[in-house]
Amino acid sequence: MSASGVKQVPDTETQIRIAPDGQSIVKDDIKWVMNPYDEFGVEEALRIKEKFGGEVTIVSLGPKRVTESIRTALAMGADKGVLINDPSAEDSDALATARALAAVIKDMEYDLIFTGQRGVDDDMGLVGASVAEILGIPQLSVITKVEVSEDGTSVKVERPVEGQTLTIESPLPALITAQKGLNEPRYASLPGIMKAKKKPLEEKTLADLGLDASQFGKEARKLKVLELTPPPQRQAGKIIDGETPEEKAAELARVLHEEAKVI
Amino acid sequence: MDIFLSEKNRVVRQSVRRFCEKEIKPIAAEIDRECSFPWEVVEKMGRLGYFGIQAPRELGGAGLDSVSYVIVIEEISKGCAGLGLCVSVHNSVALYPILAFGTREQKQKWVPPLARGQKIGAFCLTEPNAGSDASGIEATAIRKGDHYVLNGNKVFVTNGGVADTCLIFARTDPGAGSKGISVVIAERGTPGFVVGDLEDLCGVRANPVSSIRLYDCRVPLENLLGKEGMGLRIGLTALDTGRLGIAAQGVGIAQAAFEEATKYAKQRKQFGVPISRHQAMGMMIADMATQVDAARLLVLRAAVLRDQGKPFSRQSAMAKLYASETSTSVTDMAVQIHGGYGYSKAYPVERYYRDARVTRIYEGTSEIHRMVIARSVLE
Repeated sequence: MSASGVKQVPDTETQIRIAPDGQSIVKDDIKWVMNPYDEFGVEEALRIKEKFGGEVTIVSLGPKRVTESIRTALAMGADKGVLINDPSAEDSDALATARALAAVIKDMEYDLIFTGQRGVDDDMGLVGASVAEILGIPQLSVITKVEVSEDGTSVKVERPVEGQTLTIESPLPALITAQKGLNEPRYASLPGIMKAKKKPLEEKTLADLGLDASQFGKEARKLKVLELTPPPQRQAGKIIDGETPEEKAAELARVLHEEAKVI
Repeated sequence: MDIFLSEKNRVVRQSVRRFCEKEIKPIAAEIDRECSFPWEVVEKMGRLGYFGIQAPRELGGAGLDSVSYVIVIEEISKGCAGLGLCVSVHNSVALYPILAFGTREQKQKWVPPLARGQKIGAFCLTEPNAGSDASGIEATAIRKGDHYVLNGNKVFVTNGGVADTCLIFARTDPGAGSKGISVVIAERGTPGFVVGDLEDLCGVRANPVSSIRLYDCRVPLENLLGKEGMGLRIGLTALDTGRLGIAAQGVGIAQAAFEEATKYAKQRKQFGVPISRHQAMGMMIADMATQVDAARLLVLRAAVLRDQGKPFSRQSAMAKLYASETSTSVTDMAVQIHGGYGYSKAYPVERYYRDARVTRIYEGTSEIHRMVIARSVLE
């Protein structure tokens, strides 16, 4: 059995605008997609299920629209979904999010939990680690290869480290955060989408999970966003002038050293 | 726009879009240039159910609704109009008539391999002397013992170069005028079934459009679809659905052109500012955005009516007319916004401009559709 945490994030092609409060983004008109790192996690969970049997459950926290991403994962082959949909959980920080996800997962029988190594929206990379901490299980972060032992009691994983590979072994259950390169996620097929319609997708509130709503939402954030600023506008390119290749190369070296300060 | 879609429809759009962006968009310029049919991608599309969008699941299809169907065609066409055409024609005018008019045995035999994309379908109506006027068909299917003997020359057959299962419109009763036309299924590989050279077309070049010639091609009597003489009725029913697909194709091409033009207008600088800040460009972009949305809404309306089992002939004619006119005008504006670069193969709008033009011609010309609409308004 494995659980896969899924977050819905703005499509990377969406043009992000900062809201007037300077601390959040304008959420209208955004195309929401499943966080790409979570997709790697879902795919890996499905591959393990295909090899060992069992079930894959998708767990997510967010508003109603997130059911679309959960359905996509169900269409890829996952078995059921749980969405924690509670207005008081809106704008929760990573720790509160992890508490909610862990509250769903703790009552399940599970061997592996997958999350993306980070969300491509705010790049915190905290939820996976926090879920593992709350559940008291090993966490294996930024993983590009997963091998479950034949007897299904342990897992061997690989993490890229500065051009080297770190191989780690851990007993199960464990939590793995997926890195790019782990796999090539499958596309949801049209018959799969039809089948997904009939798969169970439960919605739960914080109260359903026995959680205290005052620990969630914007007010309860331990981590506060002070300010969002747009990236600087890209400057025009520069063409290096010179009579000879040697002159141009010397000028290029000078510019890279003195102006761009990269060499 | 998404407010009109069910969650299932939205998941379909997102999944197909992801596939098209990763698998189709990167090769679209090349398969247009080389006139090549990308088998590898087509096989993947088959496994994902794109060739049996509305076919029932027990026959290997996905069992989806018409709204999903137009979404799939729009998304594929946004990546490559030639492949959008392939999928549209296969689903609507090749597979669907077998579902609608076939016997149980015929469905069991022909539908599963078509729905899974293991076989590609084609619709062979047009001849050198028959197009908008289908009653001019000269091909013949003459009964001899337990076979029909087919003879004829079919031209501009979409998917012709790769099609396995072809619906041939031919006269079973040469003396009976338009009532003597029937549909007989012929398979590639049957002796006398000859695929002609690929057409060297202006657009939709990834689609192997070709002629198909039949020389004393013998097919069993059980390959007759419906009854003898039902050909025109089958053809018209198929085209009602077919033109919905072509309308969606037009929307997809227009959407692609609109996105490229908007992106370019923000990047390209003249007189010290991005050209998007010049009012003339803004006017064009406003027209493009409005036309694309209006076309998509017309297509969705026709698809919803079809899903509800209501008459949709007039609405699908309107959708086809407006979406194809939109795709030519929007791609034209996209070229204009790109200036000289829009006329160059270095930018994709040049391809969109070529691809769009044929949507006003095939599966009923704009003029024929205006006639259909006028008649339904005035009757």
